[in-house]
Amino acid sequence: MSRARMLELQCNPMHTSVMEQITTTVTQLPQTLEPRNPGLPLDLDWALSVQANTSAIERRCASLPGRRSVKKDHQAAWLARAISCIDLTTLSGDDTAGRVKRLCAKARQPVRQDILQQIGLPHLTTGAVCVYHDMIETAVTALQGSGIPVAAVSTGFPAGLSPLHLRIDEIRESVKAGASEIDIVISRRHVLTQNWQALYDEMAAFRTACGDAHVKAILATGELGSLRNVGRASLICMMAGADFIKTSTGKESVNATLPVTLVMLRAIRAYYNRTGFRVGYKPAGGISKAKDAITYLALIKEELGDRWLRPDLFRFGASSLLGDIERQLEHHLTGGYSANHRHPIG
Amino acid sequence: MPIETIFDTMEYGTAPEDRGIALQWIANHGGLIGPYVNGAFAPARDDLAIRNPATGEKLAGMTLCTKDEVTEAVQSARAAQPDWQKAGGPARARVLYALARLMQKHARLLAVTESLDNGKPIRESRDIDIPLAIRHFYHHAGHAQLMPSALSDRVALGVCGQIIPWNFPLLMLAWKIAPALAMGNTVVLKPAEYTPMTAMIFADICSQAGVPPGVVNIVTGDGSTGAALVDASVDKIAFTGSTSVGRQIQEATAGSGKSLTLELGGKSPYIVFDDADIDSAVEGLVDAIWFNQGQVCCAGSRLLIHEAIADDFHNRLKARMDKLRIGDPLDKSIDVGAIVDPIQLQQIQALVQANTAGQTYHAQTPVPEGCFYPPTLITGLHPADTLMQEEIFGPVLVSTTFRTPAEAVEIANNSKYGLAATLWTENINLALEIAPKLVAGVVWVNATNLFDAAAGFGGTRESGFGREGGWEGLQAYSKPRQPLPEPAQVTPFTGQGAAADDIDRTAKLFIGGKQARPDGGYSQAIFGPKGQLLGHAPIANRKDIRNAVQAQLACGWGKTTGHLQAQILYYLAENLAAQTSRFAERLDAMTGLTTGAEEVRAAVDVLFTYAAWADKFEGQAKSVPMRAVALAMREPVGAIAALCSDQHPLLGLVTPMAAALSTGNSITLCASAPFPLVATDFSHILEASDVPAGVVNILTGPQAELAPHLGAHMGLDTVWCLSGAELTQEVQARASSNIKRVWQGAAQDDHDSWLDAGTEIKTIWIPYGE
Repeated sequence: MSRARMLELQCNPMHTSVMEQITTTVTQLPQTLEPRNPGLPLDLDWALSVQANTSAIERRCASLPGRRSVKKDHQAAWLARAISCIDLTTLSGDDTAGRVKRLCAKARQPVRQDILQQIGLPHLTTGAVCVYHDMIETAVTALQGSGIPVAAVSTGFPAGLSPLHLRIDEIRESVKAGASEIDIVISRRHVLTQNWQALYDEMAAFRTACGDAHVKAILATGELGSLRNVGRASLICMMAGADFIKTSTGKESVNATLPVTLVMLRAIRAYYNRTGFRVGYKPAGGISKAKDAITYLALIKEELGDRWLRPDLFRFGASSLLGDIERQLEHHLTGGYSANHRHPIG
Repeated sequence: MPIETIFDTMEYGTAPEDRGIALQWIANHGGLIGPYVNGAFAPARDDLAIRNPATGEKLAGMTLCTKDEVTEAVQSARAAQPDWQKAGGPARARVLYALARLMQKHARLLAVTESLDNGKPIRESRDIDIPLAIRHFYHHAGHAQLMPSALSDRVALGVCGQIIPWNFPLLMLAWKIAPALAMGNTVVLKPAEYTPMTAMIFADICSQAGVPPGVVNIVTGDGSTGAALVDASVDKIAFTGSTSVGRQIQEATAGSGKSLTLELGGKSPYIVFDDADIDSAVEGLVDAIWFNQGQVCCAGSRLLIHEAIADDFHNRLKARMDKLRIGDPLDKSIDVGAIVDPIQLQQIQALVQANTAGQTYHAQTPVPEGCFYPPTLITGLHPADTLMQEEIFGPVLVSTTFRTPAEAVEIANNSKYGLAATLWTENINLALEIAPKLVAGVVWVNATNLFDAAAGFGGTRESGFGREGGWEGLQAYSKPRQPLPEPAQVTPFTGQGAAADDIDRTAKLFIGGKQARPDGGYSQAIFGPKGQLLGHAPIANRKDIRNAVQAQLACGWGKTTGHLQAQILYYLAENLAAQTSRFAERLDAMTGLTTGAEEVRAAVDVLFTYAAWADKFEGQAKSVPMRAVALAMREPVGAIAALCSDQHPLLGLVTPMAAALSTGNSITLCASAPFPLVATDFSHILEASDVPAGVVNILTGPQAELAPHLGAHMGLDTVWCLSGAELTQEVQARASSNIKRVWQGAAQDDHDSWLDAGTEIKTIWIPYGE
């Protein structure tokens, strides 16, 4: 029995009857295919040696779209890959069970079936569905049998300023409710005041509270002041056991950007080179065009390698990206530009 | 490959740029290219095949222009020049603007053609070469417009012969033609024999832009065509290319009176300090040495890495190299294209194969068959290894380590070249300390290969002289409005008899702050106009030159402040003024004139003037279109020797000295041979005025003996030939030993020209942002 198959059985015994679905789930959860990052003792010498030269990083990001161009069938495949990595998200005060169910239906069937048939990927789904705590059960139920995991934002999302014990309890509640991924927010003030030990301890506590659910650390990079801080916070969160590091809540004034991405990817690479553990990456907020998605995938391919181009190690936190990709895929198949109303809403 | 497979492999696939329109342009011209003269293409011949280096396929047949064809082009340029100059700056600005706009309209045609012809990735031609070339014409349209007001004291040189290399065909064309046309010159340009295609499209654009016939002429051909252009009746030669060809051109133009600028080779250091953003420094190397297949004169080809981080850095660099994609230059996802020609490929292979030192790493990435070479890193080299000294001009990086910032500078400057340098550190103190110490015309801090039309580019040492871009680049295509008259040659007086002094006075050379007897042990009697013996002047020889230059190189004057330089120049003025009558008497006795006192006063005034300038001849912060400061720093040219004019024995000595000192240079003055005693007297003023040892040295004796040795001395950075054309030729004929700057002086009151001659612009690029 293959290692992947064994892991499938361990992780999702209840779904073993539907092979396809299990494969989907299994390949979307990091700890199922990779040994989970156990973390390290806080190594401040390492973390504080991180430098990030903003101009140089911006130049690299500015030149990348000109250096890598993906066309025709390759473009369609890459866009499908992007869909498989989307955390289809709704995080609104007016979310209801009906709204979340509609989103989950879209996650199961992200693109019109005839289009998926034509590109040869009839079982394509998004990477996960991402909701607030109160919507977890609805989402889990709606996704039953699909193999699509439910991610919950947690720890006083988006500001993360509620009492620590409540934030930890929130994680426990969400895990209990069926979330298999928890997106936590770090306390930005620990970074801004350079209280690195507090950042490490908080992250480690969140990780412990998550148990077997895998934890994405939202750095809220738009509020950290500098790329150097982004790099240092990334490393410290990984040392404290983050399975994923994620740019933003989507609620900051600046969310995912290519420069922030480059800094975080380089931190992931450095962590992997030193420890052998692969940590995932999730940019969130601000990625709404198919072309941007391809640029992100290319940057990951270049800086981290192909292994990271899978939903267990990469996710887009996005809501409107999918629509643009759907139109692009139809354009790819027909040669004519598509229109919004030709694609089912989520 | 089915989409579902690609979904798993996530390969890039191919993204080819369409070549059809470029090939159609060539077909429309009959598949033949040749001279563009007097506003039209002349009949072309299939003398030489122009090939696409990536495939070997023939793109077109090219005319090898003969000497007669070159002469015809020069005549066309000569005929057009007066009207073009007379048209005025604003009229020229409109033409340059039209060129910029038209190049923009044909940008993709130019980019595709450039990649077809040269082998460079379309990403580079499309995103870098062509936009920079266009920007150059926009910028210089502005200079043309402003010339009447901002440069009212300068005029065109006339007809410029311009020879450009194959690595950036259109960009180098722009760097040559735009400033020349802005200043009212007409040009004959010879593109490189491998890469003439975009110059042909540019010629087509000239016709569309309303460039008057004859203003831009292009001759196609090889080295023999270039040599014919150098020999032709032009007023200036501007050359970009190898140091060896630059040397030949400097020799060939010696004594011709042709103005010359040379932009030559390099082995530019790329220094990474331990506090740098390592990943960004690694990425920077992609832009340094794997840009344009490493075929870049200013490529950061010598990696100097702090010993403490060397292993980590090399590991990350190798991983980055493995990600480079090599192949079809017209594929939009290619990082490294084809080497320009199989001959160039062979040279790269031969240099790397001949190296047995260090460890050679080739990028683990597929390399197509044909004219391609893998990105290569050779670690563990030392300055003594050939590949640390010699330019490879290919995608090959060599690496060594340093321990301290001082050692980094020492290794960086241990080169015959001085074109560019890159340094990476997050410490502003370190960056601003190191950048001025690097011997280079361009320094990039935390970046590499940044260019802009507003910022000067050019080298020092054997990387050539002259700047391209910015206000400083205009110097190379204009001259002072007032022509400089040829200095009168004075025959020494003869006579006999005893000296009038009661006690014999011994005039000596002044070397290294000391009165020195001439090495040869000979002296020469100096007579006044009535034949009276005025004294004896030592006869300096080549060893006295050697000693003087050695003292110059040790003096450290360039590191002193402008304020201190001013103080010492003022003090010299004070001490000279106090001896006015003594110097006036000496001058009158030597020349038989009665203008001595006036000349002393003028000399004192010159000292005051250059003392005033010492802390005011400033650099600039250039307006470049990116978030960066580009500082144009004025740096001393270094060690100067001057052949002083006979016309005003004291003024002709003090003026070059004051101008040199005011700009931070040391100088060896070869005094007027017929009137040397005022110079030997002046050494006492130097001694009394706190001038540090070696900053000023005075030699006497026949200049004709000294000139060849000055020209050949490889420690001298420049020779000012102020005593006439004959010795200028002597110096120029030997100046190619180290690509020495040779300058023939300016009018006494043209202070800007004197100060310019004492300085080089170093452009320091400092991108910023947190």
